[in-house]
Amino acid sequence: MKKIINDPKRVVDESVAGFGLAHADLVRVETDPIHVVRGDAPVAGKVGLVSGGGSGHEPLHAGFVGPGMLDAAVPGAVFTSPTPDPILAATKAVDGGKGVLHIVKNYTGDVLNFETAADLAAADGIEVRAVVTNDDVAVKDSLYTAGRRGVGGTVLVEKIAGAAAERGDSLEQVAEVAERVNANVRSMGMALTPCTVPHAGEPSFTLAEDEVEIGIGIHGEPGRERIKLEPADAIVDRLLEPIVEDLPFSSGDRVLLFVNGMGGTPQIELYIAYRRAAESLAEQGIRVERSLVGNYITSLEMQGFSITLLKLDDDMLELWDAPVHTAALRWGR
Amino acid sequence: MGLDITWAVDWVRRGAETLAEHRVELITLDREIGDGDHGENMDRGFQAVLPKLDDLPAGSAPSDVLKLVATTLISTVGGAAGPLYGTAFLKGSMAVAGESSLDAAGVAAMLEAARDGIVSRGKAESGDKTMVDAWTPAVDAARSAADGGASAAETLRAAADAAATGAAATEPLVARKGRASYLGERSAGHRDPGAQSTVYLLEAAAVAAANGTSA
Repeated sequence: MKKIINDPKRVVDESVAGFGLAHADLVRVETDPIHVVRGDAPVAGKVGLVSGGGSGHEPLHAGFVGPGMLDAAVPGAVFTSPTPDPILAATKAVDGGKGVLHIVKNYTGDVLNFETAADLAAADGIEVRAVVTNDDVAVKDSLYTAGRRGVGGTVLVEKIAGAAAERGDSLEQVAEVAERVNANVRSMGMALTPCTVPHAGEPSFTLAEDEVEIGIGIHGEPGRERIKLEPADAIVDRLLEPIVEDLPFSSGDRVLLFVNGMGGTPQIELYIAYRRAAESLAEQGIRVERSLVGNYITSLEMQGFSITLLKLDDDMLELWDAPVHTAALRWGR
Repeated sequence: MGLDITWAVDWVRRGAETLAEHRVELITLDREIGDGDHGENMDRGFQAVLPKLDDLPAGSAPSDVLKLVATTLISTVGGAAGPLYGTAFLKGSMAVAGESSLDAAGVAAMLEAARDGIVSRGKAESGDKTMVDAWTPAVDAARSAADGGASAAETLRAAADAAATGAAATEPLVARKGRASYLGERSAGHRDPGAQSTVYLLEAAAVAAANGTSA
């Protein structure tokens, strides 16, 4: 293992401390228990948005804290969901009197810990709703699994629900738009290499030089299928086909196309993938109205990428375009 | 002869020791079918319990120790293991609340409540390739040992042995819960890390009881 760290046990604490120093204009970092909140939280009369999960997916989630997106992020240990205490602390810190929405990726640990925190917050008189994102089409039959994972679609849910909260929507309305985005978004990813969790010290799985994993999640967990490396266009087609079939997306649909890097893939390759995805969607009559390309929900230094497609309506489009000012997403102000 | 507070404290100390010792093994088991944090998380949680044992008020019961473990695991472990083991210790504590000494029936009741807590929190069933596959045989063995007139220590020994058999039996299973479920058929051939950590905890309980640290 070769990493720029001091002590494997201090990785999250030191990284979050650095994030706080670098973005002191946007956030404040609380250390006991650890959570990151918007600098001006709580914002009176605004629904608070809290997300979180294991660390190692940066910029998700702390990178999306700020006006127009999240009010707080709760980083757990690397690839491990946070415990209820910091989730509860973050929930209290952002409660502006209109309730709090938890945005939770569908992983067993995240769901259990957020549920516990929501129960505790309710006992303190804070109204909490939760939306569990589950956009990963690689997981097919939820009867025999823990259900579809929340992956790239989570970023879009956070942006759009964040804009709804910022414009003054009620908790019910913000939860509704978050659910609507989740219901209309699908993703699938692939990996060229595994990643190494600092405290584990060894790669999460092994791949031969000419092998790739199709259908990975965001924790270095292996995917469902291992194949020989193919040209970029073939890989994009392999990811895009099940996404388009799943919703299904069809001719005339307006979409947001999001090509996400897993952390170790350069932009030059992400744009090659974007090119083919956009071309394929155009051939199918699906209109790409908005796009996002870059490393937004990552898996440490894993090489690979995911494709996320969101079917847009007018409201979602307006909320996507609304101003956002966070460390990792910023436009319109 | 019942199991008192001395046993409960000894259980936790031995549990922490054995989890630290098997930390890398549990990480490796978890890396094969999950995300590789189970050993790290369990070690962190039990190490956090240790200093708190010294602050237990005089006259505490085994249930107080179990509750202390529960709250500490919930607030330090995270992942799925924190809420699941936290719930197990909490329900186990509630089942024997205030009893200064546990007999065989008390041990069986404690284990059964712990298992039921895990099942209701995690919604897993036997055969899903989870820690339930170690807990359920352990509970069944404890129940029949207690009903057959075994001592409390013998009841824990029966539970620990059955958990070990149950954990080994997770190897050929295809996971249906937790992160391993995403592997589908590829999860077969690996032992479930949660079932294995259950073995270490129940083994520690049995050894603590056998070592005569009970009153």
